[in-house]
Formats: sequence, structure tokens, C-alpha cells
Amino acid sequence: MDQETSTLRPGRRWPAPVLDADHTYGTLTDKIASITLRRRTSAGWFLAFAITGSLVALLLVSIFFLFAAGIGIWGLNVPVAWGFAIVNFVWWIGIGHAGTLISAILLLFRQEWRTSINRFAEAMTLFAVVCAGIFPLIHLGRAWLFYWLIPYPNTMGIWPQFQSPLVWDLFAVGTYATVSLLFWYVGLIPDLATLRDRATHRFPRIAYGLFAMGWRGSARHWHRYEVGYKILAGIATPLVVSVHTVVSFDFAVSIVPGWHITIFPPYFVAGAIFSGFAMVITLAVPLRRIYSLHDLITERHLNNMGKILLGTGLIVAYGYLMEHFFAWYGGNRYDEAVMHHRESAEYAPLFWAQMVCNVLVPQVLWLRRVRTSPVLLFIVALFVNVGMWLERFIIVVTSLYRDYLPSSWEIYTPTIWDWTTYIGTIGLFLFLIVLFVRFVPMISIFEMRELITRRGDPAGGAERAERTPSREVEP
Amino acid sequence: MIRADQLYGLVAEFESADQLLEATRRTREEGFRRFDAYTPFPVHGLAEATGMRHTRLPMVVFVGGVIGALTGFSLQFWAQAVDYPLHFSGRPLAAWPAYIVISFELTILFAAIATVVGILAMSGLPQPYHALFNVERFQLASRDRFFLAIEARDKRFDREDTRRFLESLGSSGVFEVEK
Repeated sequence: MDQETSTLRPGRRWPAPVLDADHTYGTLTDKIASITLRRRTSAGWFLAFAITGSLVALLLVSIFFLFAAGIGIWGLNVPVAWGFAIVNFVWWIGIGHAGTLISAILLLFRQEWRTSINRFAEAMTLFAVVCAGIFPLIHLGRAWLFYWLIPYPNTMGIWPQFQSPLVWDLFAVGTYATVSLLFWYVGLIPDLATLRDRATHRFPRIAYGLFAMGWRGSARHWHRYEVGYKILAGIATPLVVSVHTVVSFDFAVSIVPGWHITIFPPYFVAGAIFSGFAMVITLAVPLRRIYSLHDLITERHLNNMGKILLGTGLIVAYGYLMEHFFAWYGGNRYDEAVMHHRESAEYAPLFWAQMVCNVLVPQVLWLRRVRTSPVLLFIVALFVNVGMWLERFIIVVTSLYRDYLPSSWEIYTPTIWDWTTYIGTIGLFLFLIVLFVRFVPMISIFEMRELITRRGDPAGGAERAERTPSREVEP
Repeated sequence: MIRADQLYGLVAEFESADQLLEATRRTREEGFRRFDAYTPFPVHGLAEATGMRHTRLPMVVFVGGVIGALTGFSLQFWAQAVDYPLHFSGRPLAAWPAYIVISFELTILFAAIATVVGILAMSGLPQPYHALFNVERFQLASRDRFFLAIEARDKRFDREDTRRFLESLGSSGVFEVEK
């Protein structure tokens, strides 16, 4: 099945289809479900499991050593008291935003093409938030007292400082993690029921059956489900905007030159979506290839994701411009100095690398040929992933390392433990993705069936009913 | 042969959503009340055809959101202005603009939890056992087939008449369901 041929027709001006035309309800269900239900697990999967599992082990070692020795093992010191932990936190939480954007905002805008990528984009959100959540906790120093952040009546008789953005962050990220999980799980319920009904072995049937909670596709249930799903999308939309806004408040509400800028909230939200879409592409292109999903993730998806990457990239570029404009137009010499140091002092190579990755390279997406080429799009996405990490590094470190007093200026150098923790969370993220593609349908099956219906085939290919396999029910 | 007191009802299989929609309308017109349609994806107008008027779910979500907003705001107000008032720089104790963020987040959190609990509770889920799962063909309700089930406790239900009625609707198969 080479679906690429359908998009190579000459003179084609209309958008490529979001779903290959040959699919019926049955073939579609079987194709997606079989990725999860097939008996043999490929050697490649075990290899990926082993590699990412080792990185998770590296993360655990790094965290245990951190708890044993204290955060002195990191490169933090005054004046740079916020280093990798905050950089990585902002980077990961930003990556999560694309998932919610795809699942909630594009649903409300009736963008049908979102259907084949929303499930794993939501999973990506969830796993990115898990990775993000680790950093502020282990950055506390005494991480075992993290519950002091939560307002509860305690013997000390005190409360968290509710006027601090750091406490807002706890509520924003906590709500985001919970709502993302709920949204993802609710979207999964009908598909889990499909897996329960397709499973031929007792254990998967019971396991999927438990999580499907007895879903049987009743019209009344579907009605409530649809209303509820749209409501969840509606309330997740302002939530996703608020989360990175609150993250930007961690910086913008302070009076540190380089952080105290009103452009930060919209600039952070756009940056989050930018980096998140880059990560979606980074995952979608290999998954499409490995599991031969060319008929479900079509050229149209790549094209649209490329456009969003370009659009949000331009907003981010505008943010960079405004940071520098504010510093100049505001006339504050410390603001000006921070921007000047970014461009020309010790961290200047990183700053210019950031500009190349986030501003220059994405401009190739103006070309349709690049947007529809999986390999080129993947390469651009990798540049953006790196560029957005550099952006957060530049924002955090270069605003701190040259204090008001030149005597306290100091270069921040991450230690080996900074790197192992960071690489460990990348491992954890990929490890969870590896588990996800094996045990959960990575494309929403019931929403794809709906797409077939909207295609104007009310019987959903019922004339091909002979394909319906009958299955013996075990006693 | 299933004993009459062990009979949940009859379930009819259809090959397309349109057939099922038409069959559901006819079933309601015929005077049946205890029946439901089952589909592999949401079909528009089907819930209305079974006689469902509207769902109170949005009201549940709204109440959840309001409770969340009040929880968030009163928690902060009470902690900072009543329980542990802290005077500094002559600033107001109840600095309400600073409370907006957490109030907003808790509004969303409570509304989202209310939505999910509402979807499940109003549908009677989780429900590990249901009589329809005893019908082997019913497994296709999550794949590519459409089903209409009439319960035996419906006043108009009659084992033979109802079977003939379902067959007349264009069903490709009618099955008895054991409780």
C-alpha cells in the first residue's frame, strides 16, 4: 500500500486527503488496533525499550545522588541560582502545549486533519508534563518537603504566599497535568472498548475491559460523551494559554533586567506551541514510517504542521525583536546591557545559534516542497527543538550571570549531573512514548470512523462486509 | 432457548448508520420506550431518535466551575486576610488581583473533573457487566456494525412480535439477549 502515489498526481492544487480513500470502518479499526494487539513484539521495539529504559535508569541514579548529596552537585551558584532545572522545566512544559492545542483548539475549529495526530500529541503532552514536573520538585533542595507548597492546615500555622507566581505555577501545572490526563483518558474510552472486543487473549481483554469501564457505544452515552468532550476542549483552551502565561510570570513578575518584560506571556505561549509542534513532527515522522501510517498521517498533515510551525515561529521572532526593542526604547541601561551581553558576551554563540535555529531555519517552510517532505520537515523540527531549548537557556542564564555588581559576575557551567538529569528526562519521555505505542492505540479509531462517514459513505464500506472476520469467543 | 425470566431483550444488527437511525425512529413511533441504539462512533440525531431530549451535563460542569472558583478565591482570601494576616508596606491584606490566577486554575480543574465524572456517572459507568455483552455479534458494535436493542421489560415487548418487527426494519440479524 503505497499511499504516496496518490499525492504525486501532477497538477494537483486541492489539499491532499486527510485519510486514504480505500479505508472502511473495518479495515481502519483492524489496522490501528492490530498495532497494539498483534502477538509478536518486534525486536526494534525491544531495542528502543532497552535504550530508553537505560536512560530512565540514568535519571534515577542522578536523582538519587542529588537527594543524597544536595544540589551542590549541579552547576548552580550565586548569581546564577536558576540553571538547567528551570531551563528544562520551561522547555518540557512548552512541548506539552502543542498536544492540547491539537486536541482542543483544532477540535473547536473543526480541523478534521487533527484526528490522526491528536491521540499521540495528547500522550506527548502528558509525558512532557511528567518530565517538566520533575524539575521544580528536585530543584527544591529538600524535595521530600514538596507538599509544603500545597495549602493545607499545618502545625506551623502558616500558608503559602499566594501572591507569588511560583505558587501560581504549582496550581497551573497541577491543573494542566490533571486536565490533560482526563482529556486523554476520556478520548481513549471508546477505543479501549474496541481493543477489549478485538482482543483474542484473556489478559488483554480483561485489562482493556477494565479501563474501558463497560463502554458499549450506546447512543445516549455517545450524546453525553460528545457534549462533554467539547466542553473539555472548551475549558482546556483557556487553560493551555494560562499555563505558559503563568510560567512566564515566574520571570516577568520579577524585576530582573531581561525578565521584566510585558511581551513575555504571549511570547512564551507562542514559543510553547512552536516547540510543541516541532516535537509532534519529531515523533510523527518516524512513527509514520515505522508503522506505515502513510494512509492515516498524510501529506496534508505534514503540510499543515509545517504551516503552524512557520506561523508560531514568526510570532516568536517578533518576540525576540520586541525584547530588544523594549530594552532600547525603555532607555533602562540595565535592560540595554543585558541585551548587549546576550549578543556579544560569553554566551553570544548560543544566542546566535538560537537565532539560526528559531528564526532563520524555519523560513524554509515557506516552500511547500519542504513542508511536504518528511525528511526535511523532520530536520527543521530538530533545529527548532534545539533552538527552543537554547532560548530558555539564554533567557534564564544571561539575565542572571552578570549581576548589578561586576564583582559578582560569574559564568554558569552545567556539571555532568546537570546533563545526566536532562538526558535522563529525554529518556523518560521516549520511554513513555515507547510504552504508549505498544499498549494504547496511537490514533483515535472512533474519530477516524467518523471521518469516513463525513466522507459521504454512510455505509462505511458495508458492501465489503465479507471482510468482517468472525471470531470465536473463548468460553 | 433462553427462559423468559432470563431474557434481557432482543438486539438487531444493522449494516449502516442510516438504517439504524431510521429503525430507531420507527421503533419509537411504534410505541417502544425501553430501547437503545449502539454504534461504533457518535451518530448525529440518534440520541434524539431514542427519545433523549437533552443532557444536563453542561449544568453539572457549570456548577463544578463555580465551586472551583469559590474554593480558589475563598481559600486565598481566608488564608491571607483572615487566618494569618501579614502586614507589610501598608499593602492591602486582601490583594484580590493576585488571587485571580489560582481562582481561574481551580475553576478549570473543578469543571474538568465535573465533566468527566458527569459523563461517566450519568451514563452509569463504570459498568463491568452488561447483558448485551453475552451476544457474540455485539462485539462488532465497537468496529463497524450498528445495533438496536429492545428490552424485555418494555410494556410492548413480545418475544415473537418484536422479533418480526425488528426483522421488518431491514435488520441483517436479530438475536436474543440473556440477562
